[in-house]
Amino acid sequence: MSQTPDFLDGNAAAGELQSVFGTDMTMASGRCRGCDEEMVLAQAHAYLGGPGMVLRCPGCEGVLMRLVRSPSQMWLDAGGLAYVQMPVPA
Amino acid sequence: MARAAVPRRLGGRLRWKPARLTDRRVESQVARTLVFEVPDWPGHLAGQHVDVRLTAEDGYSTQRSYSLASAADGEHVELTVQRVDDGEVSPYLTEDLAVGDVVELRGPVGGWFVWRPEQKEPILLVGGGSGLVPLMAMIRMRRAVGSRTPFRLVYSVRSPEHQLFVSELRLDDPGLDKTYLYSRSTPPQWPRPPGRFTASDLSSAGWPPDFEPTCYVCGSTGFVETAAGLLVALGHHPARIRTERFGPSQ
Repeated sequence: MSQTPDFLDGNAAAGELQSVFGTDMTMASGRCRGCDEEMVLAQAHAYLGGPGMVLRCPGCEGVLMRLVRSPSQMWLDAGGLAYVQMPVPA
Repeated sequence: MARAAVPRRLGGRLRWKPARLTDRRVESQVARTLVFEVPDWPGHLAGQHVDVRLTAEDGYSTQRSYSLASAADGEHVELTVQRVDDGEVSPYLTEDLAVGDVVELRGPVGGWFVWRPEQKEPILLVGGGSGLVPLMAMIRMRRAVGSRTPFRLVYSVRSPEHQLFVSELRLDDPGLDKTYLYSRSTPPQWPRPPGRFTASDLSSAGWPPDFEPTCYVCGSTGFVETAAGLLVALGHHPARIRTERFGPSQ
């Protein structure tokens, strides 16, 4: 698929991810289920303009993770990641 | 004086904290440095971010991620924000927010695009426009801790009027080499004509790849893609290139 230029790095999602996971997820490593690329999530492409946050693979642009927040609920879909290895929460 | 970051406090669940604007400095035609006082600030690493949340009286709330501009310094936190004309947040932060006003701030966050003083390898900083901000935090941290790690800065900017931190970067910082590349207009009698930066700009102002520098590249998405691509083409290992994109949403 074609890359739209309107993305930031996983770093820009660091606060939102840390507020959910309780640890620095930009240093978490993972593997894309689509293309097997391994990365730290800081290297993922972060799309923050929509209603929610989408992380895409820097290799194949496949969706790694979606996080949507409502006033009372959060919806997390991380099905694009074969695994995530993260620092143990403090 | 710099205070060492306390790593165990960098993890943990984040909470929004009140941050009071105590000072505002003009950095360029369109950029302002905002100085906030944040009680119980845990310290931070050079290159880390904060999220800033603004809430209107009717309850509407919006947030943005900004790089910290300052080296860790007690309870003071500095953000350098460039106004995006059609932006929702940056015009408010750069023009309307008054000294004494309070915003909410969350962080510091991010452990990837950071320079730690214990790193001993040479450092190449490549900044485009307001992408200089987290790199400036690294330069300030280096100075604050008295590091002698060799740094080279390559700063690409549209014109002298858009340049950030001009007087501070004019100071002598032993071991920090600075190269300015102007894309649209240059100072008078500038030897290099205005234009986009090229592989030869990066090879002459950067480090040879066999010095194994760590390269930090920050700017717009297009700038980062171009600069990182040129560094790889010059022989720098992709694992030694760390990037940070500043999008229009900034």
